[in-house]
Amino acid sequence: MSTTVHGMPADEEVIAGEQSIGYRMAAATPEQRRVLRTRTLDDRLSLVGAAAAAFALVWLLYSRLLPLSGSFGFIVCWYVVFLLIYALVCRQRHAMVAVWDRLMAAVVTGGAVVVGGTLVLVVISTLWQGRNALAHLNFFTTDFRFTGPLTGLTVGGVLHAVVGTLVEIAIVIAITLPLGVTTAIYLNEVGGRAARVVRAVVEAMTALPDVLAGLFVYIVLLVTLGLPASGFAAAVALSITVLPIVARAGEVVLRVVPGGLREASLALGASQWQTVWRVVLPTARPGLATALILGVARGIGETAPVLLTAGYTTYTNFNPFNGSMTSLPLLSYRLSQSSEHNQVDRAFGAASVLLVLVVLLFVIARLAVRHRVGRQ
Amino acid sequence: MTVPADGEVARPIRSSIPPGDRLFRGAARAGGLLVLLIMGGIGVFLAIKAAPALKVYGWTFFTQHQWASPDIHKVGIASVALGSVLVALVAIVVSFPLAMLTALYICEYAPRRLRQTFVTVIDLMAAVPSVVYGLWGFSVLESAVPNFSRWLQTYLPFIPIFQVNADPHAAIWDEPSYEKSIFLCGLTVSMMVIPIACSVMREVFFQAPTGEREAALALGGTRWGMIRRVVLPFGRGGIVGGTMLGLGRALGETIAVSLIISPTFEISSHLTQRGGDTISALIALQFGDAKGARLSALMAAGLVLFGITLVVNLIAGVIVARSRSGAATEI
Repeated sequence: MSTTVHGMPADEEVIAGEQSIGYRMAAATPEQRRVLRTRTLDDRLSLVGAAAAAFALVWLLYSRLLPLSGSFGFIVCWYVVFLLIYALVCRQRHAMVAVWDRLMAAVVTGGAVVVGGTLVLVVISTLWQGRNALAHLNFFTTDFRFTGPLTGLTVGGVLHAVVGTLVEIAIVIAITLPLGVTTAIYLNEVGGRAARVVRAVVEAMTALPDVLAGLFVYIVLLVTLGLPASGFAAAVALSITVLPIVARAGEVVLRVVPGGLREASLALGASQWQTVWRVVLPTARPGLATALILGVARGIGETAPVLLTAGYTTYTNFNPFNGSMTSLPLLSYRLSQSSEHNQVDRAFGAASVLLVLVVLLFVIARLAVRHRVGRQ
Repeated sequence: MTVPADGEVARPIRSSIPPGDRLFRGAARAGGLLVLLIMGGIGVFLAIKAAPALKVYGWTFFTQHQWASPDIHKVGIASVALGSVLVALVAIVVSFPLAMLTALYICEYAPRRLRQTFVTVIDLMAAVPSVVYGLWGFSVLESAVPNFSRWLQTYLPFIPIFQVNADPHAAIWDEPSYEKSIFLCGLTVSMMVIPIACSVMREVFFQAPTGEREAALALGGTRWGMIRRVVLPFGRGGIVGGTMLGLGRALGETIAVSLIISPTFEISSHLTQRGGDTISALIALQFGDAKGARLSALMAAGLVLFGITLVVNLIAGVIVARSRSGAATEI
């Protein structure tokens, strides 16, 4: 046994963040994990040394001696050589058990870095390629009515798409908030034999291909009922994708409302309706708000349902029941299919605006959670 | 039933449910059933609209690989269904190790202060619009992947799926043949699968009991030993279920694929070669021009996709639910 393990009682350590929204709340256990590890100088230096040695070796072999090139290959080779050298260095002082431990720590961290790095790359490359369009103020204040594929970036903007997105999202909230919360209440407070089936179906709907939601609304509203493509049809299609997310997250939020509160209310003579309306829902309100915001953040970026139901227009349209409506993801998708340079720039600009909107929603959701934790 | 000595009998204290509660339960139940109806409605409407196509084409609909041929009698989903499965497989193969490593990192290795931040970042990653991933795939990955595909073909000539109908050693290599491939779509889709699989895995890893963890460490186990013997066995259901949820997402991903792929309707196992199509991308790209029989055939394709993802997701849901405790917290 070689790892030094110091048991440190950390009773003051409160992981406020772990009581977060959504289904992860179910994971909050009364037991707290203690910090059990410390790092010696030896650990740190062998890590840094192995990384430096691997870099030097790979630079020499890869860039100078062998007929290889490319930064992707270089990083992969560096990582592999680093793992080998690190294993050798650890083997000098430790038993094989500990060597495996160190190696796996490096592998796990490497995997997380790859995922995080790719996400950062996605965000930065989107903003970077959208910079040409975003640099012009008219991109935010005008719509596309005078903009053709060859028009310069100084004319036209995404205002109509922002309006479309906001109108559609307002309708989505109006539909999914009552329905999603009702479903969550049914699953958690009323229950019964059918609740299990509903729960399974809600879970399955969460991963329903988004294009099918669009196709469904396309058949029912546009083909069967003969309605024209409109913002309302798009919002209904979006609601089908958002509803299960809200219902599922909402159910878990309700599940962690302490049972003692419910029992206290019932013991005081309140009916079940009063208990739910005056005790359960107010207790769970911030969590439900977060569930809704997360659902909306997902819905706002869905393209496929909108593509089939909303039509496409270059004019600003405030009326969801009359005429086509363009939203940000739809605009971005349409523009990116053009071969014109300016259109592709605008596509990335629209995607950047969308990305910023989603991040903004996430920040709001996080603040809602923090507010609740602070109040408790 | 015990009767007290002084002859008092316990009164019935259970009253009937008040009418307000009856109404409340009825309303809640109606809300739940509406969700069932929507889901059922999707299946039923797709089936009704798909019936004419299925009646006309019969079983050849599942074996014919042509879709866009001018001959209206040659329509089938063999090639697009295979494309969907291949994209999903590539996405799962890429995302499974990454999702699991990330989940393990967040649960076991990340500094405790930053853990919640990382969880939020993964949630954010799930909410990044698919059109953004699609744009990234078609602008950034598109320029890097052909080189990699060519490298695979050059140095792994014995693996048939990496072969492309082009000479990798040519002085001016045929780059377009390596672009817009199933492999590139799979890579892009894997970015959307990672957060879904990762959040399920992380959730079950968190639930591995503290007692067993500390027991493993107290017995002299290393951290990796503890993970292998405690966390991973406890989280097996979440690993399988999360991966299947990701598979369901990958099978249905639309926009990223339709942005990238160059649609062809051939049955081909060459992953890195240009061309291919998936069911969902087919629907997104073709519905605008489809009328009559074509539209019905599209619905039939949608029905098949609906069936496949429903089965995958239900299985995943059952597996995840079994590994997740559902007890209410008490004061």
